Amino acid sequence: MKTFYWLVKREFWEHRGGFFWAPVITGGIFLLLNIMGIITAEVLGARQGISFGASGGLRKVIEGMDAGDMSKVGFALDIAMYSAMGLLIVVLGFVVFFYCLGALYDDRRDRSILFWKSLPISDASTVLSKVVSATVVAPIVAVIVGIIVGMLQLLIVAITLSFHGVNVWQLLVLAHPFKVMFNLIGYIPLYVLWAAPAVGWLLICSAWARSKPFLWAVALPVGAGLLVSWFGIMGLFNLPATWFWKNIVQRALFSVFPGSGSIFSADSDNMVSHVTGSDALDLVNTWHMAASPNLWIGVVIGAALLAGATWFRRWRDDS
Amino acid sequence: MSAVITANGLTKRYKSALALDNTSFQIEPGRIVGLIGPNGAGKTTALKAILGLTDFSGELNVLGFDPRKQRDKLMGEVCFIADVAVLPRWIKVSQAIDFVANVHPRFDRKKCEAFLARTKLQPSQRVRQMSKGMIVQLHLALVMAIDARLLILDEPTLGLDILYRKQFYQNLLEDYFDENKTIIVTTHQVEEVEHILTDLMFIRDGRIVLDADMDAVGERFIEVMVGADKADAARALKPIDERQVFGKSIFLFDGANRAVLEQLGETRRPSISDLFVATMKGTYA
Repeated sequence: MKTFYWLVKREFWEHRGGFFWAPVITGGIFLLLNIMGIITAEVLGARQGISFGASGGLRKVIEGMDAGDMSKVGFALDIAMYSAMGLLIVVLGFVVFFYCLGALYDDRRDRSILFWKSLPISDASTVLSKVVSATVVAPIVAVIVGIIVGMLQLLIVAITLSFHGVNVWQLLVLAHPFKVMFNLIGYIPLYVLWAAPAVGWLLICSAWARSKPFLWAVALPVGAGLLVSWFGIMGLFNLPATWFWKNIVQRALFSVFPGSGSIFSADSDNMVSHVTGSDALDLVNTWHMAASPNLWIGVVIGAALLAGATWFRRWRDDS
Repeated sequence: MSAVITANGLTKRYKSALALDNTSFQIEPGRIVGLIGPNGAGKTTALKAILGLTDFSGELNVLGFDPRKQRDKLMGEVCFIADVAVLPRWIKVSQAIDFVANVHPRFDRKKCEAFLARTKLQPSQRVRQMSKGMIVQLHLALVMAIDARLLILDEPTLGLDILYRKQFYQNLLEDYFDENKTIIVTTHQVEEVEHILTDLMFIRDGRIVLDADMDAVGERFIEVMVGADKADAARALKPIDERQVFGKSIFLFDGANRAVLEQLGETRRPSISDLFVATMKGTYA
């Protein structure tokens, strides 16, 4: 266990840039853009002589709100918090994608694998430490940064409005930061499962490729997809070619993007569509996916690919 | 004590070439073995097989483990420096120590820090900021602080200047080696390891062509410097090598009668490099 902790720590040392600085910088840029947006709006507003706070219009609106309206404001604020996460999630997807591609390849290329292999560490725990770094450590850091950025975002909005004489602090109470936090953190286990086939595929390419793992990782599924589409192979199974693109190509490459499961999982069509607003991100709803065979078949295939990656890690002899 | 390494019928074939050709050998504890051979003779393949880094056929027992099946356990007892500068470039000195200290049960942190105190290395320094010589110093400090029974060095001083090279072997002898440890070293700089080796192994085309301890080498191989007048007499005794120096001929004999040779001229023990050249004649032809 201690060894495993240090293996994960080792990954964090090496990839501090991707795991830590990438979300922090993205969050910073997000906030900066928001502040710039607000300033632009203020300047434009002042120039046009529009002063929406001073007239007390907004205050009246707030005072006139009933309970239903209040909960809508709460949702809106929650969405504001999630929105900070949205950008981070895209960045996280890229970080995890390229991290996995390099994880078992970079040290073979610079031959430092000879140093790592001189230590009493099994190849299985090495591979597992990379999986955990990609699917647990990186998302946790991103979520923490996302929550902090989300809170700052609310704060900025509140401060801006209070300059206009609108006291929105009472409105902030309507937000559910803890629920948002809970939902985001609770999504991580689902992400681990959903990302399994992509992580497995990228890691096996990383462990196997003698050069250019990116090319192999992308060219193989896409090439296969083109062949399948061209020759209509899926017709043999009475399935459209898009089935292959959706369930093989997409799963192998894009499952590392958090939330992609909810967006293009096979049964998204019959997902509870009446859920609206930020409720869709509640664990009750996101974890619906845990019932889909798509997820679990992916997990099984992911595990098999990881076993293959471990085997290649053990026996690939080119350093 | 039983042998550290026992190899029987070791064979490894790469696509085009035979890297190990049914090789058998045994290495006893407390020895410093020089594994010496021309490029492509199979040295590195043999070491990789011992370390479980490559697959092979035949029998191999290293400290009671099968390197193919029990690699991670084996690595608790074995250390290796494979080539210079294989430390990851992003790592800091302090991180390298922390990491090894926490994953290697036989690592002695104090020892490592004491070794590093003798160098210019700083804890916050990254490998990518170091010269080749400094990287080897760090690697050696890490390895010497591990109480392993077998240390394998594959070209550990390649590309280092002479100060680092001398210091490397001196540290190894003074601060590391004892009768419970075994060291296997491959190098092309034969002259530098000559005086520290206890055993010598020559490998050529995947076969061990010479396997003897240094005393036996001194007994078996004799070099004689012979004047022109007695050169034919020397040639009649079938030397394995002949070369000319300052009008005299130097003959190298394998297992000849020392008394007879002494009558021909001045005898001495051949250097390993001369022996090597004589043994490997025609390798690249």
